[in-house]
Amino acid sequence: MQLIEARPNPSRVMRWAAPPLAILLTLVVAAILFAMLGKPPLQAFHVFFIEPLETANGWSELALKASPLILIAQGLALGFRARIYNIGAEGQLLAGAICASGVAIYTDGMDAAWILPAMVVAGAVGGGLWGAIPAWLRTRYQAQETLTTLMLTYVATYLLSWLVSSPWRDPGGTNFPQSILFSEAAMFAPLFEGLRVNTSVWITVIAVPLFWLFVSRSFAAYQLAVGGEAVAAARYAGFSASRTVWLSLVVSGAAAGIAGAAEAAGPVGQLTLSLSPGYGYAAIIVAWVGRLHPLGIVLAGLLMALIYLGGEAAQVSMQLPAAISWLFQGMLLFFLLGADAFVDYRLKRRRQAAGGKE
Amino acid sequence: MLDHLIPILATTMAAATPLIFAGLGELVAERSGVINLGVEGMMLIGAVAGFAAALHWGVAGGLFFGALAGVLAVLPFAFLTLSLGTNQPATGLALTIFGIGLSAFVGQFFVSQSLPGLRPLDIPLLAQIPVLGPVLFQQTWVVYLSWLAFVLVAWVLARTRWGLILRAVGESPEAAHAIGYNVTGIRYAATCFGGAMAGMAGAYLSTVYTPLWVQNMTAGRGWIAVALVVFATWRPGRLMLGAYLFGGMTILQLHAQGLGVELPSQLLAAIPYVATIVVLVLISRDRRHLLLNLPASLGKPFISH
Repeated sequence: MQLIEARPNPSRVMRWAAPPLAILLTLVVAAILFAMLGKPPLQAFHVFFIEPLETANGWSELALKASPLILIAQGLALGFRARIYNIGAEGQLLAGAICASGVAIYTDGMDAAWILPAMVVAGAVGGGLWGAIPAWLRTRYQAQETLTTLMLTYVATYLLSWLVSSPWRDPGGTNFPQSILFSEAAMFAPLFEGLRVNTSVWITVIAVPLFWLFVSRSFAAYQLAVGGEAVAAARYAGFSASRTVWLSLVVSGAAAGIAGAAEAAGPVGQLTLSLSPGYGYAAIIVAWVGRLHPLGIVLAGLLMALIYLGGEAAQVSMQLPAAISWLFQGMLLFFLLGADAFVDYRLKRRRQAAGGKE
Repeated sequence: MLDHLIPILATTMAAATPLIFAGLGELVAERSGVINLGVEGMMLIGAVAGFAAALHWGVAGGLFFGALAGVLAVLPFAFLTLSLGTNQPATGLALTIFGIGLSAFVGQFFVSQSLPGLRPLDIPLLAQIPVLGPVLFQQTWVVYLSWLAFVLVAWVLARTRWGLILRAVGESPEAAHAIGYNVTGIRYAATCFGGAMAGMAGAYLSTVYTPLWVQNMTAGRGWIAVALVVFATWRPGRLMLGAYLFGGMTILQLHAQGLGVELPSQLLAAIPYVATIVVLVLISRDRRHLLLNLPASLGKPFISH
């Protein structure tokens, strides 16, 4: 039943080859799936991966989607290094969007330069607080953050649902559960005339080198990594385990919250139920595919944004449901984890397998 | 008051049933040392497969094919975590994401269809008992099936050789391997049982409880089932208790406004999720008690030498 044995040394080649290999395998399975659906695979790939990038609008949409994915994944990767599994970034994103929208709604009609920065700060605070709850529960009561962060995502969804259907519902609008459209002062300005990509991508552009500096240069990040790799060693060195938990959850929550603020004050332009197309979940995969490395995450984020775009294109031109991008995301993570196994393990040699017990 | 209470308690039984199926399956998998965070995804796949099958073969066929789909869905997870030794939480999460996508993809063909549901099956004599009768013995047969599943799982785990081996594998895989048990094979079996039960739980939702297919219809029940196993400290009896508590919470939330609770419905709907957090906190506070019951090898890959 077991096909593998430990390598004497981890394979450097596999460490780098695993993500491209996983992408290739996902494409192969996708091709089979398309063929089974009666869509010629090459044409489907063209729709999925080439067509979205043939227009300026496509590149604008790519940047617009990659930006929150990369930002959230940078935060998550900090925690994952320390084996703090925050899987509730979606909820932290919503909490951030809610707080930022609160600022926009209560300052509606005003025209001041501080409104937009205040929204970004509110988003960071909202997301950070939503991440602080599981950090507190973990450090004070040892409740597993995997389950608490996820449960808080459902709570945030219902909170959002209540806000947009009662207190913050657009009084002048239809009965649809959504807030007012934000005024211009509460919106990120477009980068180019006629395209949706906006100045919020600068936040990600600035955040990536900051995360990179933090991870590669700072002592705090070293403590995080040691805390994840060797708990006993970290304790011996006097690194605080609870600081690790707080740092990873609050920073990843704040990053997700900022991404939520940028969604509300960017492409969406109001608070609605369908604010996020699952960026908080997709960012988990982005972090993993990017090897938890700040630059790897940028590449993985661009790829994931392309999968999103391809999913939308396939929906329009091939009548496939948008959920197909979730299917590909799940497969990608499956294949990546499988390929990753071969960093530390290798296939058993037949001779040894025959001599062994299993 | 009793007029209100009886229907609330009776519907609680129905609401708890999917949590019982999925929770028992996860409990068995975790007892063997495998933590599977893919329950939500397996439930969704079971729900859509069960719905499709029930259109032709009724509820029984739906539950059977739901369970079968659950097993098929868990196989990639089992292969990766057990044969290749991958990170169990991450692989489970991949299974959930995959399940959300696959079920939505397949489910597009069933969106506007509906099923007749299932009539309650009164148990002769017992159904006539005041209060207890309508609450316990005027249920659908699937509810009775969940009791049978509980009795079987509790009995096998506690009283049989199989249960002993399963627990040994979860407590100390090295020792079990040294005695000559096939640790990986036993974990495959336990994980597949978890898949079957989660698939059946999903099929119950789409063929009896709702009975409709709606995208993402499990609404976090798979995650609540995972949390229930922790709450139950890996014991079937406490899992049942937890499932009924949570079932009750979902139902009370629906009746709350009728009972005079002045809270908006969206906030009431969040109560079961908040309650899950509270319960996790209460149970996790006592670290020693939790560790005492925790299967010692939970989540750790076993690669034989």
